Amino acid sequence: MRRAFLLLRRRLITSIPVLLIVVIGTFFLLEAAPGDAVDAYLLSIGGGDPALVAGLRESYGLDRSAWARLAAYLMALLRLDLGWSVLFGRPILDVVMERLPATLWLMGSAVALSFSLGSALGVVSGARPGSAADRLLSVGSLTLYAVPSFWLGLVLSVIFGVQLRWLPTAGLESIASGKQGFERALDIARHLVLPVAALGFIYMALFLRMMRAGMAEAWRQDFALAARARGLARRRIVLRHVARNALLPLVTMLGLQAASMLGGSVVIESVFAIPGFGRLAQEAVAGRDAALLIGIILVSAVLVIAVNLVVDVVYAVLDPRVGASEPAT
Amino acid sequence: MRPVRQFLRSPEGVAGLLMIVLLATAALTAPVVFPGDPLAIRGPALLPPFADAAFPLGTDRLGRDVLAGLMHGARASLAVGIAAASVAIFVGALVGTLAGFAGGLVDEALMRVVDAFQIVPGFLLALAFVSVSGASLPVVILAIALGAWTGPARLARAEVLSIRERDYVAAARVIGMHPMEIALREVLPNALPPVLALSSVIVAGAVLTEAALSFLGLGDPNIVTWGSMIAEGRNVLRSAPFLSIIPGIGLVVAVLGVYLLSEGLSEAIAGRRSRA
Repeated sequence: MRRAFLLLRRRLITSIPVLLIVVIGTFFLLEAAPGDAVDAYLLSIGGGDPALVAGLRESYGLDRSAWARLAAYLMALLRLDLGWSVLFGRPILDVVMERLPATLWLMGSAVALSFSLGSALGVVSGARPGSAADRLLSVGSLTLYAVPSFWLGLVLSVIFGVQLRWLPTAGLESIASGKQGFERALDIARHLVLPVAALGFIYMALFLRMMRAGMAEAWRQDFALAARARGLARRRIVLRHVARNALLPLVTMLGLQAASMLGGSVVIESVFAIPGFGRLAQEAVAGRDAALLIGIILVSAVLVIAVNLVVDVVYAVLDPRVGASEPAT
Repeated sequence: MRPVRQFLRSPEGVAGLLMIVLLATAALTAPVVFPGDPLAIRGPALLPPFADAAFPLGTDRLGRDVLAGLMHGARASLAVGIAAASVAIFVGALVGTLAGFAGGLVDEALMRVVDAFQIVPGFLLALAFVSVSGASLPVVILAIALGAWTGPARLARAEVLSIRERDYVAAARVIGMHPMEIALREVLPNALPPVLALSSVIVAGAVLTEAALSFLGLGDPNIVTWGSMIAEGRNVLRSAPFLSIIPGIGLVVAVLGVYLLSEGLSEAIAGRRSRA
C-alpha cells in the first residue's frame, strides 16, 4: 500500500504543471475568439452608447490586459472558483457539478459493460487463437469498432425505441412521473440502456481485441508451455495463466481511453437528450459562453487525471513490480 | 514481390483494399457522375430507396438526391480524414523528434504539453476550437489534428531516444553538422516508419471525429458530409430512418476498410509469422 501511495504522490505532483498548461492554453484559445461577453450582452439588449460599453468593460474587468485577467482567473481557481456563467446566470462550478452525475453514470456503466463483456469475449477468442470462434469474434469486433457511436445510438433507438417500443429514446428519466426510490432508479436505468449500449459496445470491441492480442502473446511465452507440460487442464491454463497475464494491459487501456470516452459521451448525450456534462459543452458552444467552456475543459481534464490515478493504484496493487523502484523518501 | 503475394492471400487485406478502392472511386468520380451542387433540390421529397430509378437511394426531406450526397460525402470524409491525419503525424513527428533529440528541459517542457493535450478530451478541444474559429474546412482539419498529434509525438520521441545513440549520428556530429540538421535530416527520417504505421488508426479516428463534429452541426455548412447527412436525416428518423442509416454505412465501410487494409499490410510485411 505504501508503494501505491508513493506512486500516487508523484503522479499528483507531476499533474499540476500539466493542468496549468491546460488552463493557460484554453484561456488563450478562447481569448482568440472574436467578441467578448460585453459584445454578446450588447447584442442581446440591442446596442448601447460608448460610455455604457466602457463602463461595462470596466466592471467586468475586460479593460485589463489578457495577462492580468489570466492572473485573476488563476487566483480565483485556487479558491475553486471557476467564474460566472453568462448563459445560465449562475456560478460555473454549480452548473458543471449539477450536470456531472448523469455523465458519470453513463460513462461508469459503459466502462463496466465494455470491460466485463470485452474481456470475457476476449478470453473466448484468445483461448484458441486461429479457431473459428476467434476469427468470427475478430471480424465482428473490428466491424463494431469501425461504427461511429452516435450512429449506433440512432440505429439502436430506431430498432428498440421506434419499431419495438421497448425502451425510451430520450432523457434521463420520465418527466413529472412522481416516481420515488427504487421505482425512480429503475426508470433511470431503463433510460440509460440505449446510450450505455451505444457508447459501451464500441469500447467493448477495443477491449476484446486487446485481450485477444494479449492472450495470443501469452501463449507464446514459456510459462504457458510449462503449464501445458505440467499437464494442467486446458481450462485452468486459459483462465489462471494466460488470461490473467493478458488482463493487465487492459487496465492501462482503461486509463488511456478515459479522455476519448468523455469526448464520446458529448455526442451520445446529444443523441439521447441526456442533460449531462457533454450536452453542457454543446450548449456552451451554441451560447458562446467561453468561460463556461474553459470550466468544462478544465473539469474534464481533472476527471481524466482522477481516472488515471485510480488506474495507476489498481495497477500497482495488481502488479507487485510497479513502483517497486520508487525512491522511499 | 513476395509481400504482394502475401497480401493477396490475406482475406482481410483484400476486403479492405476493395472497400477503399470502392470509396476512392466514388469520391473521385462524384463530380462527373453527379455534376453540380449535391445540396441542390433534384426531385420529390422523401422518396424511399429503390423506388425510382432516377434516385436509386431515394431523396431527403428537401428532395436532395441521397446517392449524390453519399458520393460527394465520401470526398469530404476521406479528404478531411487524410488531411487531418497528415497534419497530426507531421506535427507529432516534428515535436517528438525535437523533444527526444534536444533532451533536458526542452524535452521535459514539450512532453508536459503533450500530456496536457492528452488529458483534455480531443473531441471537446475540437468543439472549442471550431466554435472559436468558425466552421470551415481548414479549421475542422486543424481541430481534428489538435486531438490526434500526441500519439505520433510520443512514438517519435521513443524512436529518437534510441536512434540518437547510434554511430551515424555521432559521425554526423563529428563532421560538424548543425544539431538541427542532424535532427531533421538524419534522425527524423529513421524514426518515421513506426510513426507512419500509426497512420491507419489516425485516419480512421479522424474520419469518425469529422463525422461527429458535422453531426453536431460544427462542420462546414456548404459541404455535404456523411455526418451532416446523418444529422439531417435525424429530423425524420421515425418516418424515414434510411436517411440516417445509409450515410452511416458509408462511414463504417470507410473506417473498416482502413483497418482491414492496414491489418493486411502489416501481416504481409511481417510475413505471417504471428500465428500461434
